[in-house]
Amino acid sequence: MHLPQPGELTATLAEAIRPALTPDCALVGIHTGGVWVMDALAEVLGVDSPRGVLDISFYRDDFSRIGLHPQVKPSRIPFDVEGRKILLVDDVLYTGRTVRAAMNLLFDYGRPAAIRLAVLVDRGGRELPICPDFMGLRLDLGPDRHISLQRDEAGVLSFLVREKV
Amino acid sequence: MNGDLQLNADGSLRHLLTLDGLPARILTQILDTAESFISVAQREVKKVPLLRGKAIFNLFFEPSTRTRTTFEIAAKRLSADVVNLNIASSAQSKGETLLDTVANLSAMQADMFVVRHAASGAPHLIARHVAPHIHVVNAGDGRCAHPTQGLLDMFTIRQHKGSFHNLRVAVVGDLLHSRVARSQIHALTTLGCPEVRVVAPRTLLPRDVDSLGVHVHYRMETGIKDCDVVIMLRLQNERMQGALLPSPQEYFKYWGLTPDKLRLARPDVIVMHPGPMNRGVEIDSGVADGVHSVILNQVTYGIAVRMAVMSLLAGN
Repeated sequence: MHLPQPGELTATLAEAIRPALTPDCALVGIHTGGVWVMDALAEVLGVDSPRGVLDISFYRDDFSRIGLHPQVKPSRIPFDVEGRKILLVDDVLYTGRTVRAAMNLLFDYGRPAAIRLAVLVDRGGRELPICPDFMGLRLDLGPDRHISLQRDEAGVLSFLVREKV
Repeated sequence: MNGDLQLNADGSLRHLLTLDGLPARILTQILDTAESFISVAQREVKKVPLLRGKAIFNLFFEPSTRTRTTFEIAAKRLSADVVNLNIASSAQSKGETLLDTVANLSAMQADMFVVRHAASGAPHLIARHVAPHIHVVNAGDGRCAHPTQGLLDMFTIRQHKGSFHNLRVAVVGDLLHSRVARSQIHALTTLGCPEVRVVAPRTLLPRDVDSLGVHVHYRMETGIKDCDVVIMLRLQNERMQGALLPSPQEYFKYWGLTPDKLRLARPDVIVMHPGPMNRGVEIDSGVADGVHSVILNQVTYGIAVRMAVMSLLAGN
């Protein structure tokens, strides 16, 4: 399957976001891929917006089935969420469960004025009523396939598509 | 104590009974997870929904304020339902009656027991008899172990020193009656601390001290010299029988940590104490409230560490 490079998609996504990005808007990336995309977006857009990082492990809805994620990272929101416009960024949007968890987590920091969702790839397959405000690419990927974003030592992003085991 | 009781077949943690025999990977996982819970405590809403619908019973057969309170706060911040039972210890409340208590609470759909007991091995006994879905956390048993205290001490050291690999750590005081010291020594050794010293008068050292893999010092001045971390232990007056010591004043003179003695340690030394402190006995107020003291940080970290332990157990 031919996929555009994440770098090209970031540029596309950035242009879609640019008109909506006001100075009072903060960027929040979902650990790990979403943080990479957020940082790449900020660079392309040349903005100095406050940035936060979310790890949604404590908010997952499958904890009672699979337990705690083995590598939880601290969430870091170095700004006041109360009344803030937030652009939530993730790499791949699939079932929508991660975004649901991320929104619940954000609300425990305060009541944001608005949350918009930007994703590099929307692969369909939603299980919750969530849809992105901005996306780099819409991709129809069957449930037997897995797509993830990777980053090499030089910081270059690439997609990894494989059969689900 | 049997350490295998606390691991599942896949190597994950089922109960936390002792740090003895726990692999470094599990210790590190608990410390890493606790770090994420530190950030939760700094938010507007200090709760996460992880243990919603779970019932945690604090079974305290021995009095405790700090440990019971921090376990309670930790469970509440994980959104669990917490029931506190302060059951006065008596010679009869062992064996069958203990297991009967546990059986009754299990019938109330308990998911986890946090157990403090004056008898060594009581949490192990409970762990051997609970239903497969129930987890047991040892909150201190006799002279045996106090694993969450040991973990929070490791967390404190890691927060302030970064890693364990170049550290010289002294554990000072009443090792004979301390369940904390054993947990600390096991954890320090497992996490790669190259030099663990125990510093105490001969009468307050356990007989098997040589088997713990530590350097033994009988004088404070040599014991804490050049140390990065000094862990003071509480002089356990209530556990003393017979004439192990002349008097508290005499003890303070030789074994109390004063600002003068502390100057023998490294300039960036941190001083820890599991609490409750006997000021003027094992520690001088000038040290307890001084710039090197991280004693109150330990209490705060204790909540995050207990959240990590309970959430890892409940998920396994």
